[in-house]
Amino acid sequence: MAKSEVKLLGAWPSPFVMRPRIALNIKAVEYDFLEETFGSKSQLLLQSNPVHKKIPVLIHADKPICESLIIVQYIDEVWTSAPSILPSDPYDRAIQRFWAAYVDDKFFPTMRGISAAQGEEAKKAVVEQVAEALALLEEAFGKCSKGKAFFGGDRIGLLDIAFGSMLGWLRVTEKTNGLKLLDEAKTPGLAKWADRFCADAAVKGVMPETEKLAEFSKVLMAKMRGAPPPK
Amino acid sequence: MADEVVLLDFWASLFGMRVRIALAEKGIEFEYKDEDLRNKSELLLKMNPVHKKIPVLIHNGKPVCESLIIVQYIDEVWNDKSPLLPSDPYQRAHARFWADFVDQKVYAVGKNLFSKKGEDQEAAKKDFLEIYKTLEGELGDKPYFGGEIFGLVDIALVPFYSWFYVYETLGKLSMAAECPKIIEWAKRCLLKESVAKSLPDQKKVYKAFVEWFGVE
Repeated sequence: MAKSEVKLLGAWPSPFVMRPRIALNIKAVEYDFLEETFGSKSQLLLQSNPVHKKIPVLIHADKPICESLIIVQYIDEVWTSAPSILPSDPYDRAIQRFWAAYVDDKFFPTMRGISAAQGEEAKKAVVEQVAEALALLEEAFGKCSKGKAFFGGDRIGLLDIAFGSMLGWLRVTEKTNGLKLLDEAKTPGLAKWADRFCADAAVKGVMPETEKLAEFSKVLMAKMRGAPPPK
Repeated sequence: MADEVVLLDFWASLFGMRVRIALAEKGIEFEYKDEDLRNKSELLLKMNPVHKKIPVLIHNGKPVCESLIIVQYIDEVWNDKSPLLPSDPYQRAHARFWADFVDQKVYAVGKNLFSKKGEDQEAAKKDFLEIYKTLEGELGDKPYFGGEIFGLVDIALVPFYSWFYVYETLGKLSMAAECPKIIEWAKRCLLKESVAKSLPDQKKVYKAFVEWFGVE
C-alpha cells in the first residue's frame, strides 16, 4: 500500500492523535502524518471532519474516519493479517470498550481538572477524584491482564492504547503540580504497566517526552488565558 | 444450554430503549427489571459499581454496561441474524461515528431545551434545531441512517422520538414543522415491531416528566 494512501491529520501533543499512530505502528502501516498548526485548522481538516472539526482524522484512500477510538477499531478491522488490537471474545471486547469510554468520559476530564482547579482545597478534591479513578483502573488492569503484561494480554490492545496515550499528560500534570499520581505504592500494577507501555516499540516513537510536552503545556495555558480559544 | 438474559432498565430511559430494541431485533428472550432510580437495587449497584446507572445487560450472570457498548455486544454474540452494523469496515466506522454523535450532542441539546429559561432557552432551541438539521442532512434520502437496513445509528437515535412531546411542549417548537424528515424516519422505524414495543408513549413520558420535575 502506497504511503500516501494513508494519511493522519493530527498534532504531536494530542493523546487522541497518539492512539491511531500506535495502532498503525502495531499493524506496520506506513502513513503520512500531516501536522496541524497550533491555533488554526487546515482546509483539509475542516473538509474531512466538518461535524467536529477536530483531530485526529484518518484519511484512507481519500475517505475520512473520525474519533480516535473509532479510528483504532477501523484500523484493526482493515489490517487483519497483523496482530489484533481488540480481543476476539465479545465479552472481553465489551469490557475493553467500557474502560476506554471511562478513560475518555471520566479519567481524562478529571485529570485535566487538576491544573484548572482554583485554590488548594479545590485542587486536593480533584486529585482525590483522580486517585479514585486510578484505583478503579488498577483493579481493571488486574482483571483484564490476568497476570500478563498489558490490559490486552501479551500485547498492547485497545484499552492499553486508550489509557496509555494519557500517560504523557499525566506526567506533565504530576510535574506541573508537584504531585505523584501514578504511585507504585498505591497502583503497583499500573505503575509497572506504564513503563512497559512507554517502552513498547509501537509507542516509543510517538509518546512525547515529558519535558517537551511540559513546555508545550505552558504555551497552551498562556494562550488560553490570553484569549478565548478559536471556534 | 439456554442463555440467561436480564436487563436492568427504567421505562423512560432513552438509553435503556436502545437495548430493548436491539434485543427485540435479534429475537432474544430476556427478563426486564424496572429500576426505581431514586432507590437503586442491590443488583444494579453490584452489576454497575462504577457508574451505578441503567441500562445494564446481565448475560449468564456477567454484566455489560453503557448502551452502545451493550448494543454492539448483542450484535456480536447473536450474530446469526439481523446484523445491526454493516460488514464493511468503513461503513462500520461511519455508523459508530454517528451513533457517537447522538451520544455527544443529541441528549445534551434536549436537556438544555427543557432546563433553561428565557434567552438561554432561545439559544438552546437554536442549538437543538441545528443538531437535528445536521442529522437530517446525514439521513438524506435514505430510509434509515443505516441505508436500506435499520441499524446502530437508528437504534441510537429513535428512542428520542418518545421524548419529542416533552421537547415540543417545554421548548415551544414543532418537530413536524422544523424537522419533517426526522419525523418521517421515526414513523418508519415505529412500523418495526422491535421499535414499537420498546418505546413508551410520548404523552406518558411527558406526564411522568412533569411529575418528576414539577413543571407548570
